[in-house]
Amino acid sequence: MTTTVEHPHRRRPTRRREGRPWTFYVLAGVFIAYVLALYGPMFCIYLLSFQDIRGGLVFPMKGFSLHWFNDLFTQVRTGDVKGGFQRSIQLALLVTVITVVVSFIAGLAFRRRFRGDSIVFYLMIGSLVAPGLVLGIGVGLLFQYFGVSPHWTTSALGAQLSWTLPFGVLIMFAVMSRFDRSWEEAARDLGATPWQTIWLVIVPILTPGIVAVALFGFTLSYDEFARTLQTSGSLNTLPLEIWSMTLNVTSPSLYALGTVTTIVSFVIIGICLGTIALIQKRRTQRAATH
Amino acid sequence: MRLPRSLVGWFYVSPLMLVLIPFFVLPMVVIITASVLEGDGFGGIMPFFTTQNYIDVFGSGLTFNLYFSTIKFTILTWVFSLIIGFWVAYFLVFHVKNQLLAIGLFLVCTVPFWTSNIIRMISWIPLLGKEGLVNMILQGLGIIDKPLEFLLFSDFAVVVAYVHQLTIFMIVPIFNSMARIDKRVVEAALDAGASRFDIMRYIIVPLSKSGMALGSIFVVSIVMGDFFVVRVMSGGGSASVVAALYEDISVLQYPPAAANAVVLVLVVMLMIGLILRTVDIRREIAR
Repeated sequence: MTTTVEHPHRRRPTRRREGRPWTFYVLAGVFIAYVLALYGPMFCIYLLSFQDIRGGLVFPMKGFSLHWFNDLFTQVRTGDVKGGFQRSIQLALLVTVITVVVSFIAGLAFRRRFRGDSIVFYLMIGSLVAPGLVLGIGVGLLFQYFGVSPHWTTSALGAQLSWTLPFGVLIMFAVMSRFDRSWEEAARDLGATPWQTIWLVIVPILTPGIVAVALFGFTLSYDEFARTLQTSGSLNTLPLEIWSMTLNVTSPSLYALGTVTTIVSFVIIGICLGTIALIQKRRTQRAATH
Repeated sequence: MRLPRSLVGWFYVSPLMLVLIPFFVLPMVVIITASVLEGDGFGGIMPFFTTQNYIDVFGSGLTFNLYFSTIKFTILTWVFSLIIGFWVAYFLVFHVKNQLLAIGLFLVCTVPFWTSNIIRMISWIPLLGKEGLVNMILQGLGIIDKPLEFLLFSDFAVVVAYVHQLTIFMIVPIFNSMARIDKRVVEAALDAGASRFDIMRYIIVPLSKSGMALGSIFVVSIVMGDFFVVRVMSGGGSASVVAALYEDISVLQYPPAAANAVVLVLVVMLMIGLILRTVDIRREIAR
């Protein structure tokens, strides 16, 4: 979303100040403290998840093993973590695909003003800020009213989309408003059909924005809790499993789960960034051969 | 043949509406309807109109305590995340001269966002607990002789967990709007003899207002709608509006919960409306 344009810059012949102002050092301190507070606790639990069987919830660390990871996936009392994982990833992928497609199409609409566009816009803001549990209860009651039993692939999917879509559309909105319309007009002048214009001109140029929407969609869904609580039906997603674990389990299994979910998140980011890099590389190669 | 413009627009947003109507508009209609009906006390809702649910909500002193506590957490979290977020973004945009480094450091701030919020919250337990790292270190240094009790399962822990989770929602939009400030404006102000305080007051704060507004919307709506962090980090000592709502739902009291929910949604919308008044968010996003 950050597009910084380098302006032709007139350099002043003499620098006004020598060295850095004192505020630099103060703010650098603030920044470092923030980053430490951000990562410190997380690294503590990653570390503590590798204790052996004597391990507890606090330091000092007792031994070193993979015991609690094994415990996590084999013990009954830790719940259906494996199933939760599978459902969460499937649901998140489904949400990602729908979010990308729908917010891209909606983004096309928001490039121009149209009658009633404010209604859609504020509906989206409303959906974004509505308290998750309230929305979940509403969806649950709605399904009950129509006699449909809630399931993670129907009610939970819809409840999550009502939260990921506004995010997605707002990002597309920001990305598309910086899209140069003349490229589109050029394509049209050269005889491209509307479909070709979208598929061969707009989509490739907006790829980074689309990947950003995908990343947001995936993470927001994978981590979504409040909206899913009343709508997932009898089978739990991963955050719901984690929630019940925080209430019942008091062993480093909980921390092991934290380590595993973090690894999964990083694999997903890696795949996304790798895809962008690959697309960029192919694009430059294609540009070079032409 | 050219279709009228508004028809094309509505055609493009129709998939979005196909999700928002059944999963936002209708659920809200259902909740509003349920809030004025009678419950049978066993999870059923009977088709008799009543205003009793609202009378109960406004007549109970508990409601005001809950709102007081939730709004207190919201304001504290908002203030801390805004201050930290603003200065972190300011540091990255205006003090880190190497742009690549600035983007790298920005990514360092955003990475934890991609990991589970619940896990990030419980990760404070080994630090703040009675036998946690902070108490161990403070005792080891001889600063205190018995563990500080207020660190975990307290209002303090709740605010720490919120700020830890939500500051990123401030940093990203503020960073975005600051990165779009033309550096030449700042230089021109310096040339015209403005002090650094003037630059902050007249250029940077007004031009990053949209980012602050957007960040505030996220933070306020998330804290107002939360019940998880309060429940776990306060150790049951504090409650929030949604936590109380959840209690009602667990004992199948749908109509009272619905009345509570309607009031909460109105309060949240009012707060978001106030934030939106300060800035034309739509124009700012498109800028």
